[in-house]
Amino acid sequence: MPIALDLVSKVFPNGRVAVSNLSLEILDGELLVLVGPSGCGKSTVLRLIAGLETPTSGRILIDRRDMTDVPPNERDLAMVFQSYALYPHKTVAENLAFGLRMRGADRASIDARVRAVADTLQIEPLLALKPAQLSGGQRQRVAVGRAIVREPRAFLLDEPLSNLDPQLRTETRAELGQLHRRLRATMIYVTHDQEEAMTLGDRIAVMREGMAEQIAPPLEVYERPANTFVATFVGSPKMNLLAVTTRVVNAYLMLEGPGFSIEAPPLVPAPGLNVQLGVRPRDAAIVAPEHCDFPARVVLTEVLGHEAIAHVVLDDGRTRMTVVTSADRPPRPSDIVHVRLRRERLHLFAADTGRRLQM
Amino acid sequence: MPKSPVLSAVRLLLVFGLVFPVYWTIASSFAPETTLFEVPPIVPTQFTLDHYRALFDQRQFWLPMRNSLVVASATTVLAIVVATLAAYALTRLQFRGRTFLLAVVLAVSMLPQVSLVPPLYLGLRAAHLLDTYAGLVLPYLSFALPLSIWLLVGYFRQLPSEIEDAALIDGASRMQALRHVVLPLAWPGIATAAILTFLYCWNEFIFALSFTLGPERQTAPVAIALFRGRYQVPWGEILAAAVVTTLPVVAVVVAFQRRIVEGLTAGAMKG
Repeated sequence: MPIALDLVSKVFPNGRVAVSNLSLEILDGELLVLVGPSGCGKSTVLRLIAGLETPTSGRILIDRRDMTDVPPNERDLAMVFQSYALYPHKTVAENLAFGLRMRGADRASIDARVRAVADTLQIEPLLALKPAQLSGGQRQRVAVGRAIVREPRAFLLDEPLSNLDPQLRTETRAELGQLHRRLRATMIYVTHDQEEAMTLGDRIAVMREGMAEQIAPPLEVYERPANTFVATFVGSPKMNLLAVTTRVVNAYLMLEGPGFSIEAPPLVPAPGLNVQLGVRPRDAAIVAPEHCDFPARVVLTEVLGHEAIAHVVLDDGRTRMTVVTSADRPPRPSDIVHVRLRRERLHLFAADTGRRLQM
Repeated sequence: MPKSPVLSAVRLLLVFGLVFPVYWTIASSFAPETTLFEVPPIVPTQFTLDHYRALFDQRQFWLPMRNSLVVASATTVLAIVVATLAAYALTRLQFRGRTFLLAVVLAVSMLPQVSLVPPLYLGLRAAHLLDTYAGLVLPYLSFALPLSIWLLVGYFRQLPSEIEDAALIDGASRMQALRHVVLPLAWPGIATAAILTFLYCWNEFIFALSFTLGPERQTAPVAIALFRGRYQVPWGEILAAAVVTTLPVVAVVVAFQRRIVEGLTAGAMKG
């Protein structure tokens, strides 16, 4: 079931603009991830779609019908809350059954559906327990179960994994992905974790201050970020931004940064521009001196086991960047290393607007 | 806590200070009139039910007790039902003038009770409600409602609103969410508000004195106050009446206190 936001704004009574003129289209059966730093309005978008908040302006279309003023109980959506928001006075079985009861299903079919969902999520042994008796992971499962038992038209998930410990989070993330493929349901998934966004989303919408900075499939967001905000938000460790200027040398357009000068990628407009050169730490390498673009001094090395992250200072003594390197023989602080940038993976952004310059 | 002898002594003193008047009242209510003023009154030497007999036979104390029960219960039930709905609307629904309304509710309860007596008297007289149960319940609501609304607003505010959001998305209407989710979680708050309202009504004196005309509708505090004769104060009967009046209050508190279970919302949210 498709969901669309048409120029939706939400201004809270205290004057805070949570969402501003946002247009979004979620296709039938698609999993769209809303990702962004806290306070970017992503949860408000979800609450607007759910009907828990009313937009200040704009329309919300669910299944092509204008649902802007329809109360939440008539929208037939399901939501998984970050806090899980289970009914503490009800048993797990009653928690699962509540939505069906409210919609007037008969007892036998409620029982059957609850059993079936409990079976899928492997929470059958918990059915008679109260939420207080469950672990965090179990509560999360019950919250998901409560959403899917009703077979709603679409799912809204508000940071459903953020309260789980890291290992459980990765497992549950994979399960949610499977669940989406199996149910073929429309899902809108809010997270501040860019890794979750990358792995789960059919498309991801990167949000900042109530606006969508880029809406695209994960790989495109990673490989062709629309601006410096998206570029630095998506990908870990985060992208380095180096201030460079373009200059023509011997009929070649060169990028000149602190202590280096490299040939510019194709289709960069003109010489004499101040631009920001974006380099992901994995797209820079420590190489032998004869292959390098520039030398740099190591200030800190973080060894992660399978790789190491070297924090280096460039020639001007001020510009810092990070380089991912092998953990076999990681450089040590105050070592001089030689860095090479992978030409085909460089990103260029306008220095003033931060917008991407290449096509 | 370290077991310092000084602290223990202080504690003992406090407990004694709290318990002794109660004990004294109860003990004296069973003592013959002649021994009431003997010092020390600590250990009763004689036991008599005279005061209680006089209380119910001559003074017909069951009448004010009945009045008090009717008025206090009716006020409590009405106040709690209205206050629950009002407090829920004030905490959860978005509407214009919400804060203003809450301030008005508080302002109403700030008026000194005595200042309300003359206008209420005239109003009740015009409505022919003097010396009736309704003529006490309605004025009582003027303090019972602000009290319970404020208590319940405070309680509803600290209930996580996401649980209700979940109920709404699950297909419940506002009223269904209130009934199936909010009320079961709000019981401790409602019980507290009910106890306080009941106690307040039970002990209320000025309105009860002003708006009743005779023993037919007088409440217990008024009846006790009118025990004093011109030449003597029947201390024994007053003390016996005090004991009798305390019993329903104890019963109510015990009954509702079972509802006040801590940590009712545990488990709804993350660990």
